[in-house]
Amino acid sequence: MDGEGQVRRHWQPLIEGLFEDDARAARRAAEFTRRMIVENGITYNVYADRQGRDRPWILDPLPYLVSAPEWKTIEAGVAQRARLLNAVLADLYGRQELLSRGALPAEIPYGHPNFLWPCTNIRPPGDRWLSIYAVDLARAADGRWWVLADRTQAPSGPGYALENRQIVRRAFPHLAQSMEVRPLGAFFAAFRDELLRGGEEEPLAVVLTPGSFNETYFEHAYLARQLGFPLVEGHDLTVRDESVFLKTLSGLKRVHTILRRLDDDFCDPVELRVDSALGVPGLLAAIRKGRVFLANALGSGVLESPAWLGFLPAVAQQMIGETLSLPSVASWWCGEPPAFDSVKANLSNLVIKSTFPNQKLGAVFGSELNSAERAALIARMQSRPHAFVAQEHLAFSQAPVWYTKSAGEFSARALGIRVYAIATPDGYRVMPGGLARFASNAHAEIVSMQRGGGSKDVWVLCESEEASDEATAPIVRVDRAPNEHHDLPSTLVENLFWMGRYTERCEYKTRLLRATLGLRRNLPFRAHAMQMGKQFGAVGVFDSAKNVTLSSDIARLGDCAARVRGSLSGENWRALTVLQRDFHRAEASHNDVRETLDSLLLSLAALAGFALDDMTQDDGWRFMMIGRRLERLQFLAELLSRRLTGAGTPLRQELEWILEIGDSAITYRTRYRAPPVWDNTIDLLVYDDKNPRALAFQWRAINSLLIEVAESLGSKPQETLYEAVTGLMELKFEHLGGKLDSQQESRHAMSQCLEALMSAAAQLSDQLTSQHFSHIDYDLRAVSA
Amino acid sequence: MRYAVRHSTEYEYGGVVAHSHHLLHLTPRESAYQRCLGHSLLLDPKPSSAREDVDAFGNPITRLEYDRSHDRLTVTAEMQVEIIPRLGVSLESTEPWDSVRGRLSYHAAPMTVADLDACRFRMRSSHVLLKRAFEDYAEDCFPRGRSLAAASEDLMRKIHREFRYEPGSTVNRTSTMDVLKSRRGVCQDFTHFMIGCLRSSGLAARYVSGYVRNIRKDGLAAIGGDASHAWVSVYCPPLGWLDFDPTNDCLVGADHVTLAWGRDFGDVSPLRGMIVGGGRHKLKVDVRVQPLAP
Repeated sequence: MDGEGQVRRHWQPLIEGLFEDDARAARRAAEFTRRMIVENGITYNVYADRQGRDRPWILDPLPYLVSAPEWKTIEAGVAQRARLLNAVLADLYGRQELLSRGALPAEIPYGHPNFLWPCTNIRPPGDRWLSIYAVDLARAADGRWWVLADRTQAPSGPGYALENRQIVRRAFPHLAQSMEVRPLGAFFAAFRDELLRGGEEEPLAVVLTPGSFNETYFEHAYLARQLGFPLVEGHDLTVRDESVFLKTLSGLKRVHTILRRLDDDFCDPVELRVDSALGVPGLLAAIRKGRVFLANALGSGVLESPAWLGFLPAVAQQMIGETLSLPSVASWWCGEPPAFDSVKANLSNLVIKSTFPNQKLGAVFGSELNSAERAALIARMQSRPHAFVAQEHLAFSQAPVWYTKSAGEFSARALGIRVYAIATPDGYRVMPGGLARFASNAHAEIVSMQRGGGSKDVWVLCESEEASDEATAPIVRVDRAPNEHHDLPSTLVENLFWMGRYTERCEYKTRLLRATLGLRRNLPFRAHAMQMGKQFGAVGVFDSAKNVTLSSDIARLGDCAARVRGSLSGENWRALTVLQRDFHRAEASHNDVRETLDSLLLSLAALAGFALDDMTQDDGWRFMMIGRRLERLQFLAELLSRRLTGAGTPLRQELEWILEIGDSAITYRTRYRAPPVWDNTIDLLVYDDKNPRALAFQWRAINSLLIEVAESLGSKPQETLYEAVTGLMELKFEHLGGKLDSQQESRHAMSQCLEALMSAAAQLSDQLTSQHFSHIDYDLRAVSA
Repeated sequence: MRYAVRHSTEYEYGGVVAHSHHLLHLTPRESAYQRCLGHSLLLDPKPSSAREDVDAFGNPITRLEYDRSHDRLTVTAEMQVEIIPRLGVSLESTEPWDSVRGRLSYHAAPMTVADLDACRFRMRSSHVLLKRAFEDYAEDCFPRGRSLAAASEDLMRKIHREFRYEPGSTVNRTSTMDVLKSRRGVCQDFTHFMIGCLRSSGLAARYVSGYVRNIRKDGLAAIGGDASHAWVSVYCPPLGWLDFDPTNDCLVGADHVTLAWGRDFGDVSPLRGMIVGGGRHKLKVDVRVQPLAP
């Protein structure tokens, strides 16, 4: 809105477009947006959030519009600022002339936890300290954009901005086109180029994340996927002889670039924070040698302090001979006595912040303090004035927001935008868009996702002639590089393997429980079936404290899935989250257990479908399928062998129970049209390689997967199952045809063969682990003397 | 005065270590008061790589990497150094502490190299917090206008008087706040605490890692002679850096051998590293400081 309460001119087409048809269309767009967020699993994790670990991202479908001339000012100002801050970093980590000249206080860098002494005198290639830079801007009542804060260490949000765009564009397909909104693809393509810049012929870049517990993990995975880089954690990397390597399925692969989302002081526990197990020991030595490029340079976090803001205009004059075109919110660093004196005098009009991120003080509004609190704050500041900054209280301009509890109505919220710039050979390039964030309620002035605000897409409008080059520029590559599966991190594959195992484990336990609960109470073997269920850890459904129940297997499945999220499609991930959500709901509501189990089986079947139809069938997928098949094989072999060694001939109902657990009851009925006997049951569940539940089907599938993996990695396929399978096949001709039902020895022989198969399967699992995952070092520890 | 020092560190790992990186501060640093006559590192087993370098504070360091499995590690540093006697200084002749604090604080004017260098050592660091309580503790040693060196000596004596040397009472990560509360600890704790007092008062103080001879020249048995030792260095213009040993209640002279200095223990720990595997390990450290015949 402008000063007269009129819709500002460049907003008009949007407002008109929205209500072109009718209000219902607009509501549909809002609904669509909300659904996409859930379906794509876009989350923002807040540590210790009572709602659970993942909180859905909040996106207001109504984009924030910026006109072309207004954007020009922002763009130039952001690029200029990035250039300046890069130069400041070069000085702080080099000659420190800004400090010796007195242009900047030494207290700020030297007291800052992200000023990393071991990084002094390291000069990154091309003097690129900041490969990616972000700045938080807000519009003041006068219509100018003001700088609130600089993000120099590992700016979060570009991935959310891209995801927001993809959703909002789909919510308003016609508008985005007719309004000529500048696309984001070219920016990300340029970012990818920037990260792969350098001499190597086939450079390998990775995205380093602190892990799935991080608040922006979704974005790490999303960004990695969009850029086509592996998403790795510290233990996926290793430094050997001052070079960095990725531990992949096919061995160690040299890494040339690391886009890090890990805080800089955590990156190398040998030289930086020793209490960090998230980092890569020896990384700094490799950086020092120029063997690996870090985006951003380690130590760049030192510029994240409000204390710098007041000094930068003068520094800009001195260093680059320019006036900063974007003003920043007026700030006074209290380390200077005259500044501190005037801050004390004007405290009620100011906001007090910490100079350093490791201080335990949020923003304090002077106007909200009573006189005792004010005196206490001043006393606190007095003992260490350099640790405090005072800022003018800037009134944010508000923007219309659609996202409210009752969708379909506008309300006004304070809003800020985060704008991104990347280094390119031709200078800093600014993303034509950004991440708009709005306050959680109409009166709040603090804009923060952690405090429960929401986000918006930022639409930068084209001037008619400039549209062409961006539109034709290549969009972000999501296609996989031809040899990329060789770069699959070993931990990713290991987690896929276990995801396969846990999916199957959940499934057989569900079947076992369902079949057992379905038995009539007076059946003589019911107690025995319950006993069997206990032995397989399937007796409790919900109590995850017991560690062997279905509930804990579902939790483990969720953990594995979270770690491989980048390899799963949005729908697949959604199916997983729905499965977990439904199960937890059932757990809380104590629904009819059988109903819960039925719907769980359906969900699990959906996962199986995704595995077959929805994933790239690379080595990671093969390991997942091997995990699944091995688990199924081991379980069914054990179930059968236990009953075969048991005394006497089983009742008809007992075999039916076994067939139901093996999901083959219907097949049996249609094929034999008679009550089940051992002979046919074994034929169907062990030897029938057309039955996807049968053991034969599993070992054949495992075998061909192993051959494919071996071909891909250039190794020899394991033949661990061979002997046990041969034993079983020999038995088939000897004992099938009635003997199993009549002769105890036959059943014993069969049981022994099944046991041999079980132990061969366990052996194969161990072999795969030691051959492919053993160099994963979880067990990292510090020593000091 | 010449010394031969032998510092051996032995790790016996509870399991196989597959891969490891270490960072060593075990080579004596040269200065106006100390010359290194010779030094060597004996490493068993042999590392896959060993590289010498200088850290951000000018200390010589060695980086080791082991890429083969091993279940123990012995690092023995041997060094011979000559301590050059410091000229007798008058502790009353340094600048008043409050004027030093003023010169080190930002005043929008150029700074000398020495002053700026001192500024590195007056902020919070990982083992040293800045606290009002520390400033209060030091207050009576720092009356207005008092020579900084003399005030620092008072502070050292106060700490020595009021704190009990008690090996085993603290661990590596005991915070300086806890040391103030319990009033006991070892040389590393006293050093961190004294640095905390000085920095909280706006002054520059650094952590020196090294050794002290067992029997001091004055005939008293020194504390910390059979282990790594640590003391405080204070920036006292115009004399420069003066070293105080709060554990032994003395100015550092010919009895101390310097290895390295930094903001706190974290910058200069003799041997730190990250190992993959290893389980629970046993650690044995042995330090011998031997005066050599002149």
